[in-house]
Amino acid sequence: MESICAKFVSQKISKTRWRPLPPGSLQTPETFATGSWDNEDNYVSLWSIGDYGNLDSDGGFEGDHQLLCDIRHDGDVMDLQFFDQERIVAASSTGCVTVFLHHTNNQTLSVNQQWKTAHHHTNPSGPVYRGAPCTGIVCDNPEIVTVGEDGRINLFRVDHKETVRTIDNADSSTLHAVTFLRTPEIVTVNSIGQLKIWDFRLQGNEPAQILSLNGDRVPLHCVDRHPNQQHVVATGGQDGMLSIWDVRQGTMPVSLLKAHEAEMWEVHFHPSKPDHLFTCSEDGSLWHWDASIDMPEKSSLFHQGGRTSTFLSHSISNQANVHQSVISSWLSTDPAKDQIEITSLLPTRTLSVNSLDILGPCLVCGTDAEAIYVTRQLFS
Amino acid sequence: MRACMEEMHQVAIAAKDQASGRQFSTQVSILSAVELIWNLCEILFIEVAPAGPLLLHLLDWVRLHVCEVDSLLADVLGSGNPSKHESFWNLVTILVLQGRLDEARQMLSREADANPASADMCRILGDLMRTMPILSPGNTQTLTELELKWQHWREECERHLQDNTFAASPALESLCKIMLGDEAALLEQKELLNNWYHFLVTRLLYSHPTVKPIDLHFFAQSSLDMFLGGESSPEPLDNILMAAFEFDIHQVIKECSIALSNWWFVAHLTDLLDHCRLLQSHNLYFGSNMREFLLLEYASGLFAHHSLWQLGVDYFDHCPELGRVSLELHLERIPLNTEQKALKVLRICEQRQMTEQVRSICKILAMKAVRNNRLGSALSWSIRAKDAAFATLVSDRFLRDYCERGCFSDLDLIDNLGPAMMLSDRLTFLGKYREFHRLYGEKRFSEASSLLLSLMTSQIAPRSFWMTLLTDALPLLEQKQVIFSAEQTYELMRCLEDLTSRRLECEEPNAQKLQDDDIETTKVEMLRLALARNLARAIIREGSLEGS
Repeated sequence: MESICAKFVSQKISKTRWRPLPPGSLQTPETFATGSWDNEDNYVSLWSIGDYGNLDSDGGFEGDHQLLCDIRHDGDVMDLQFFDQERIVAASSTGCVTVFLHHTNNQTLSVNQQWKTAHHHTNPSGPVYRGAPCTGIVCDNPEIVTVGEDGRINLFRVDHKETVRTIDNADSSTLHAVTFLRTPEIVTVNSIGQLKIWDFRLQGNEPAQILSLNGDRVPLHCVDRHPNQQHVVATGGQDGMLSIWDVRQGTMPVSLLKAHEAEMWEVHFHPSKPDHLFTCSEDGSLWHWDASIDMPEKSSLFHQGGRTSTFLSHSISNQANVHQSVISSWLSTDPAKDQIEITSLLPTRTLSVNSLDILGPCLVCGTDAEAIYVTRQLFS
Repeated sequence: MRACMEEMHQVAIAAKDQASGRQFSTQVSILSAVELIWNLCEILFIEVAPAGPLLLHLLDWVRLHVCEVDSLLADVLGSGNPSKHESFWNLVTILVLQGRLDEARQMLSREADANPASADMCRILGDLMRTMPILSPGNTQTLTELELKWQHWREECERHLQDNTFAASPALESLCKIMLGDEAALLEQKELLNNWYHFLVTRLLYSHPTVKPIDLHFFAQSSLDMFLGGESSPEPLDNILMAAFEFDIHQVIKECSIALSNWWFVAHLTDLLDHCRLLQSHNLYFGSNMREFLLLEYASGLFAHHSLWQLGVDYFDHCPELGRVSLELHLERIPLNTEQKALKVLRICEQRQMTEQVRSICKILAMKAVRNNRLGSALSWSIRAKDAAFATLVSDRFLRDYCERGCFSDLDLIDNLGPAMMLSDRLTFLGKYREFHRLYGEKRFSEASSLLLSLMTSQIAPRSFWMTLLTDALPLLEQKQVIFSAEQTYELMRCLEDLTSRRLECEEPNAQKLQDDDIETTKVEMLRLALARNLARAIIREGSLEGS
């Protein structure tokens, strides 16, 4: 964590995403995209972190991220995903979904495709069109799924002008986030605390399964699936609670972990080391949850040097029959044996951390304090 | 701030067209002026340097803000033959003007190497430079000792000048005069000095090194006059600096407020000075002091900006008197176009226990949701605000939809209300009514019937809905097996009578009403018949059960 590097850009960052590496590549990630919000002119920008360990020609900051190119974006950038190496999909608060293309030869971005009326409120009394913010995107080449505040789920295929499938009124409340479970199945979370699983192979507009936590209907803001085990899903809620769900079993979450003090905006499993989970929140902190099973120095709290770390054991809801053969530290039920080490990664409390992304040993996050933090040594 | 200035400088250089390049350059110059003022205030007001160190601080201040020297130095040293460089003497002069005598001496020694004829003179001058007494930070001399030594040294310089030691080289001679603090010689170097405060500091260095803070303004005024020489009038920056030299804090703040276009600098400066307890509480007529006033102005300005409102919150938090009220008013007026922004604003309100604001913001959002037909969102907003009245509104809307369409929309919401059901009676009714339908669908008739009855007798069902409830009871009454007991049937009958008598009371002659009345009367008659039949069967059944 010593090498976390901050840069103040004069726009509030709503989303940051690493550009995916070509499959089988051994490089470290070098480029990331950011989207801004709440400005009069919002931008989708691409940044490069340059060569590791080199100084700039004029002796500038070592490892500071530099702007490669940007393009103006209409409305707040609500979500951002890399579709492939060159294309970025952005969701707007005007209800428009745009695909940007990055031209590597002259380092510019241009609009490749746009679905302007992806999300809107249907008005029973008149034809006045009102766009609704599109809140979540997930891509799986060649398909793009988007969800929005109008409770609609859209399935697009890139290079097709019309939507492939739309589920109108999929939800009576706002859908906050979406992710793929298996390829024809997606899971969405909404603002009445429900996890809904939709299967695109089924006709009709009903979800295949609904899971929710009994009790207060706390809105869920983010969802992510375990990279290897497709039935394990993590969600973050408005009260900062992290929940781990097993979608094969029952309708209740397996674990509830009290985490942040305010809304949790994003939760991510590390793509290659899924025992590590990262969350970021409105309260200005970014946490690294490490559930790797054998940690011989677990007994000592002080060996981590200057970092703040705490040990937390699971608090499990009443689940009777979780199989012990499930080899996932997240679903394990033995509180005495399994502990999770939590580390706060940002040096000081700032305004809300809106977004984070991890790839390999690198992490990038963006805050409302108009700063982008990058570290290249996550597991030092 | 430095980073920002540098970046802006880069942008200015890289700017493609003239106009924006100029704009960026002016921004850079404003920022550097602001930094100048800030540093001076730090020296004079906050550190409150006494007589000796004061000059050292002022020297540092000047050196920090006149940066061309370093690049020039690098330039000249970098060239093959420094002493033949065209700006060589300029460089040496400016080094002397800034009191960097060691570096000046080094340059002179190079000149001596290159030009043996003037070697002697350079050496003498170099010696003079070396022996100039200055107050170094670790030194324990008193001021009087320093003064004495300095007078001696001065006399020696004077002597050299009288002896025409440097007559051969005019450049060296003028250097000597400068070191004597000769004002005419200093004024000759106006171009190198560039501004009056540099002139002031140099003058003080070489003629009054032990200047006391209170005498500063006298020298400042005279320096300003001499430097400008009556040609140009003082600029706003000059006025601000002059006010600072006069130790008139309020004047400084006032001048800054006039000169600068927004409240950023003044608010922060005032806040800093206030924390050092330098500002007497200067009560403005509406009760808050100057620091708070400026902070409030600045924070209001932030709120007017589309994205800087989050920073404004912190500033309002630090205004003890009017901060909270202003914050409340401002938060309600932030335009909310996405739910995420609304959530952030709500979080700010909740952290400060501003429940009224939470209520009103949630109400606005809920109304918007209802208008867009997003009843689930509306309900979740009213739950967050714990707004029972709005929850009732939403439930009414659901019930109306049911009456119109005959089925429930948004079953996913109603089925999973959970404890939120308790928020309002109407909502509870909605949940229970849906449960009744579910029980009916699962053919658990006895539970369904008791639920239905309890809905009516416990008064949580709205009157307008009673007819629908009774109509729902009809198929249960007509079932082959007896579901309602005699007691329950009596209850149902009572409700029916209640309803019809009410209806009779408030009648209006109306064609539509007459038609409705027909339907109503038919319904009522059917109900009466069904109830009577059920009662008969119930009595028989209960009677016979007891019997056998």
